[in-house]
Amino acid sequence: MLRNPCESKEKSLNQQIMNEAFFDKKDYKSLDRVDGRLKVTGAARYSAEYQLPGLVYAVLVESKIAKGTIKSIDSRAAERAPGVLAVISHVNAIKVPGYQTSNQHPSEPPVNGQPLRAFYDNNVYYNGQPIVAVVASTLEKAQFGASLVKIQYEKEQHKTDFDANMDNAVLPAQAKKNPKSPVADYNRGDKNAFVNAPVKIDAEYVLPTEVHNPMELQAITAYWEADDRLTLYDKVQGTQPTQQHFAKEWNLPPENVKVIATFVGGAFGNGLHNWPHETAAIIAAKQVKKPVKLVLTREQMFTMVGYRPYTWQKIQMGATKDGKLVAINHESVGQTSSYEEFTESTLQQTRMMYASPNVNTRYRILKLDVSTPIWMRGPGEATGAFALESAMDEMAFSLGMDPIEFRLMNYTDSDPDKQLPWSTKYLKECYDAGKEKIGWDKRKMQPGSVRSGEWLVGYGMGTGTFGANRGAAAVRAQLDADGNLLMQCAITDIGPGTGTAMVQIASNTTGISTDKIIFQLGNSQFPKAGNQGGSSTVNSVGPAVQAACNALKEQLKTMIASKGGSNAAFASAKKEDIVFVNGQVQIAGNDSAKVDIRTLFKQNNIQKMETTQESRPDENRNKYSMYAFSMHFAEVHVHPLTGQVCVKKVVCCGDAGTIISPKTAANQMIGGATGGIGMALTESAVIDHRFGRYVTKDFAEYHVPVHADVPHIEVFFVNKPDTLADPVGSKGLGEIAIIGVAPAIANAIFNATGKRIRELPITPDKLI
Amino acid sequence: MIQFQYVRTSTPKAAVDAVSKTQNARFIAGGTNLVDLMKRNIMTPEKLVDINNIPLKGIEQQGNKIVIGALALNSQVADSKLVQEKLPLLSQSLNAGASAQIRNMATVGGNMMQRTRCNYFYDTAMPCNKREPGLGCGALEGFNRMHAIFGTSEKCIAVHPSDMCIALVALDATVVAAGPKGERRIPFAEFHRLPGDTPEKDNNLMENELITAIEIPDNAFTRNVHYLKIRDRASYAFAVISVAAALHIENNTIKDARLAMGGVSHKPWRLSEAEKALIGKPASEKTFRNAAEIAMQGAKAYKHNAFKLKLGPNTIVQALKNAAEPV
Ligand SMILES: Cc1cc2nc3c(=O)[nH]c(=O)nc-3n(C[C@H](O)[C@H](O)[C@H](O)COP(=O)(O)OP(=O)(O)OC[C@H]3O[C@@H](n4cnc5c(N)ncnc54)[C@H](O)[C@@H]3O)c2cc1C
Repeated sequence: MLRNPCESKEKSLNQQIMNEAFFDKKDYKSLDRVDGRLKVTGAARYSAEYQLPGLVYAVLVESKIAKGTIKSIDSRAAERAPGVLAVISHVNAIKVPGYQTSNQHPSEPPVNGQPLRAFYDNNVYYNGQPIVAVVASTLEKAQFGASLVKIQYEKEQHKTDFDANMDNAVLPAQAKKNPKSPVADYNRGDKNAFVNAPVKIDAEYVLPTEVHNPMELQAITAYWEADDRLTLYDKVQGTQPTQQHFAKEWNLPPENVKVIATFVGGAFGNGLHNWPHETAAIIAAKQVKKPVKLVLTREQMFTMVGYRPYTWQKIQMGATKDGKLVAINHESVGQTSSYEEFTESTLQQTRMMYASPNVNTRYRILKLDVSTPIWMRGPGEATGAFALESAMDEMAFSLGMDPIEFRLMNYTDSDPDKQLPWSTKYLKECYDAGKEKIGWDKRKMQPGSVRSGEWLVGYGMGTGTFGANRGAAAVRAQLDADGNLLMQCAITDIGPGTGTAMVQIASNTTGISTDKIIFQLGNSQFPKAGNQGGSSTVNSVGPAVQAACNALKEQLKTMIASKGGSNAAFASAKKEDIVFVNGQVQIAGNDSAKVDIRTLFKQNNIQKMETTQESRPDENRNKYSMYAFSMHFAEVHVHPLTGQVCVKKVVCCGDAGTIISPKTAANQMIGGATGGIGMALTESAVIDHRFGRYVTKDFAEYHVPVHADVPHIEVFFVNKPDTLADPVGSKGLGEIAIIGVAPAIANAIFNATGKRIRELPITPDKLI
Repeated sequence: MIQFQYVRTSTPKAAVDAVSKTQNARFIAGGTNLVDLMKRNIMTPEKLVDINNIPLKGIEQQGNKIVIGALALNSQVADSKLVQEKLPLLSQSLNAGASAQIRNMATVGGNMMQRTRCNYFYDTAMPCNKREPGLGCGALEGFNRMHAIFGTSEKCIAVHPSDMCIALVALDATVVAAGPKGERRIPFAEFHRLPGDTPEKDNNLMENELITAIEIPDNAFTRNVHYLKIRDRASYAFAVISVAAALHIENNTIKDARLAMGGVSHKPWRLSEAEKALIGKPASEKTFRNAAEIAMQGAKAYKHNAFKLKLGPNTIVQALKNAAEPV
C-alpha cells in the first residue's frame, strides 16, 4: 500500500498522450516546436533581453495604502544615491499627450471608465499602484534608489472586502446603455420556472482572486529612436493593438511606433491590455533620453497586470424527476476596480450548454479599491463552469442519475440561446471515449464507496465550451528560388506554438517540407493581426496563411502557364493539385508537369515571389453558432483524516475542429488541465482588508501546482473539421483546455468524500 | 538590498572573529534564506561572513552519537547511509522540505536559523514585531491561516518553518556552538524560543555564536518512524501541520515514543505528555487518538487557523499509524 497515491504516478511522454487513432493519414502530424531549440538553449530573446546601447533600468515604487492621495514624495536621498538618473512621479513626469483624451485599448470591448494613468496625479486607487519610477544605470542601483523614496499619504477609508460589500454590486454601464449587451440580464422562457420545478438545487459558489503568474515577468524595454519614433520590446499578447494604444497615447502616427514581442514567456491573458508600467517606462525613456528597461517583480505581478476577479455565483437549477432540466437561474457578481468596469462572460455557457427551456442570468460587478482585473485563461467561462458544472453534478446526484446520463438527457443539438444550428458539436463523442479512458465504470453513485487503502477514491467530470472566435488577419508569404517559404504576421506567440501550427498549415497547403518554412511573428511591422487571445489565433491567422500560400500558387500558375508549351497544363490546374517538391513546382498526378523554381525565377528575372493576403470571418458566423467544446474527467484520492487530495488521473477531450499541430495542441490541453488543478486545489490571492493589501503574493504563498500535484493527463481530440468556422477547419482550444477542469475535480472530491465544496481552492482544511 | 561587505573565512574562530568585529554582521551559508530576506530589505546586514569554506560538512558516528557538521547540506544529510539507517526520521523530514535544488544549497545550521514565513514578517509595508519590535503583530487579527496554536503571545503568533528541526527536537539532538568565549552545548528543545515579549529573537544562540554541529544520541527509532507533512500543495510548500513520530514497538507494545509537531508554534513543538501516553500501550488507533487528544491540550486557534485544532490531532494519529506500519 502506498502512503500517498501521489507519490507514484504514471508519467508519460507527450507522444504517448496522443491518441493517434483519432488521426487519419491525411491529417496533420506531430511536429516538434519550430522554436523549441531556441527556447531551451536560451537563444530566444524575450522583452527583458535586449541590451540596447546605453540601456538604463527603472524600478517602480508602489503605494502602500489602498485609497487616498499622495501628500508628498521625498526623493532627495534617492536622487543622491549612486547611479540614479531620475526619480519620476506625478510631480515631475512629462505630460503624456494621450492622458487628456479617452484612453481605451483599441482591441478591447468598450469598458466603462478611465484606465489608470501612470504618474498622472496624486490619487491612489489601490494598494500596490505604481507611484514612482527610479531610473538608474544598473538594476541594483535603481532598486536601492527605490528603497530610499519616502511617500506620505492622506489616507481615506478603503473598501476591498468583497463579501462585506457585495450589496453594492451594480449592473455594468454597458448593460444599462444596451439591453442586448452580453452582460445584460437575460431571460429565456418562463421567468419563474424554478419555483415550480419538481427537483431543485440552490447553491452559491465562490472563486477567489487568481493571478495569471506566467513564468516570465512583465517586462518592457522602451526606446525613443527619435523624438517622435518609439520602439518597444514589450511582453504583450498583441503587437499591433499595443502599437495603436501607444500611438494614441503619445499622439504619434502608428507607423512611428514599433512593437516587438518575438517571444513571450506565457501570459494567460495579462498581456491583453496595456498597463501603467508600460507607460511608466516610456515616460522614463523620454525623460532620461536613454532606452529604459523595466521588469515587474513577482509581487508587482499581483497588482499591476490584472487577475481573474474574485467572483460570487448563485445557481438555482430545476429539473423533472426523470432528469429534464426545466430551469436554470444563474447569478454572478465579479470584482472590478473603482475606476474601470471589467466584465467577462461568466454566464454565457449557462445560456447555451443545456436544453433548458427556461433560463435567467444576471451579471453584476462590484467596484472595490483594487486594480482592474483582466481576462485570465478561459476567462469568465472557467469561473462560470465551476458553478454550472458543479450544479449539474449536484442535480444529477439529487436525481440519482449518472452525471453523464444527466448531461445526455439535456444535450442540445442546436444553440438554444442564439437559436441557430451549431457549426459542429461532438461532445457526445468526447463523453463516450472519455468515460472509457478514465474508467468511469469504477465510479459508484454513493460517495465514499470506493477506496484504495485508506484513501477515498472519487470520479468526476466537467464540460467546457468557448466561442470559436475568429478575427481578421493577414500574412505575407515569400518564396525564394531555393523553394524556401518565409511568412510574416504581427501575431504573437505566448506559448501555444503558433509558429509550429502555421508552418504546418503552410506545409499542408503547399507540400513544401516543414524544415523549409519559416514563420516570423511578434512584430507590429508585419501584416495585420490582433491579440493572441480568446483561442482565436489558428482560426484567424491560419486561414491567412492558407490564403497567402494559395495566392503564391496562383501567381506561379500564371507565370508558368504564360510560357506555353508543356507548361500550359498549369493554367487549368486546380490550386489543390499544385505542389512543391524539392525546389520544383508540380501538378499532382501529372509527371510531365514539373517546373524548377530557380529556372523559372531566372527566366522571369525575379529573386523572390511575394504576396500578402488577408482573411476575414465570413457570413457563416450569422448562420451558425460556433463553439469549441471540451470534456474533462478526474480521478481523485482523498485522505479521510488529513484531507490531502491527490489528483490521480485526468482525461481531457477537445472538440476543437481540425487539430493542426497535435503535439502542441496536446501541450495546450495539458497546460490547461494543470491550470485547472491550480484553480481547484491551490490558487488564491488573499487580501488583508485592514490594509487592502495582498498577503499571498509570491510563489511560496500563492500556490501554483508543482509537478507533484500534476498526474498523468491523457489528452485526445475529436479532430473533425469545422469548415464553417474557418477554412482550416479549426476551432481554438487554449481556453477549453481549462474550462471545466476545476468542477471535474470538485465533483470527483464529492464523489470520494460526500463533501461538496463550493468555495475554491479545495485545501485540506475543507475536507476534514 | 543595501551595499554590504563580504568576507570568506575558513575556521570557526576566524568566522566568529569576523562577525564580532562589525555590528550587524551575519554568517552566510547556503544563502537560500538570508539572500531572499536581504533582497526584500527584511534583513540588512552590513557584512556577510561566508562560512562555506569551514570544514564542517562531516556526518559521522562518534561513540554513541551521530555528529552532523553545521555545513552539511540538507540533501547530503538526507541521503547519507548512516542517517538513513540510524535516523530515518531525520532523513524523511529533510526530504519533505523545500525542493531538491534548495536542499542542495541549504545547510543544517542555516536550516535551524531560517526565519519564519509569516506573511507580515515578509512584507515591510506591514506591521510585524519580529521584524521591527513595537510595530505590532499583523497576523494576530489578520490572515493567520498558517499561524501558531501553541505558545503564542500577543506580540507574535508566527511559526518556525523548518521540517528538519521537528525531527531533531523529537530525537533529543544537541546543538554545538562556538562563540567568542569558546564552545557550548544547547539541548535542541531549548534552542528555539517562544515569542513572549521578544519575538525578534527566534532562538537562544548568542550574537556572534556559530553553530558548528548537531549531535544526535543513538536511539531505537530505526524502523517505526514517520514524518507526515500536510501542506497546501503536494511539494514545495511549508507545512500547514507536520508531525514527526517515532515508536519503538516490541510485541505490539510501545516501549518508547517520540512525537513532535511543526506548523503549530514559534519553536519545534515537542509533545512530551503525549509521548508518555503512548508508552506501555498497544500500538492501536485508540492509543494514538488518546495521545493526540493529550497533545492538543492548551491549543488556541485564531480566526483563520481553527482547522488546525482538528487537522493537528488527525495528523498525529495518521503519522503514528504510518510509523506503526512502515511500508
Ligand atoms: C522556496 C523555498 C521553500 C522552502 N521550503 C522549505 C520547507 O518546506 N521546509 C523547510 O524546512 N525549509 C524550507 N525552506 C527553507 C530552507 O530550508 C532554508 O532556506 C535553508 O535551510 C537555509 O539554509 P542556508 O544554509 O541556505 O542558510 P542561509 O540562508 O545561508 O542562512 C540562514 C540564516 O542562518 C544563519 N546561519 C547559517 N549558518 C549558520 C551557522 N552555522 N551558525 C549560525 N548561524 C548560521 C545565517 O546567518 C542566516 O541568518 C525553503 C526555502 C525556500 C527558499
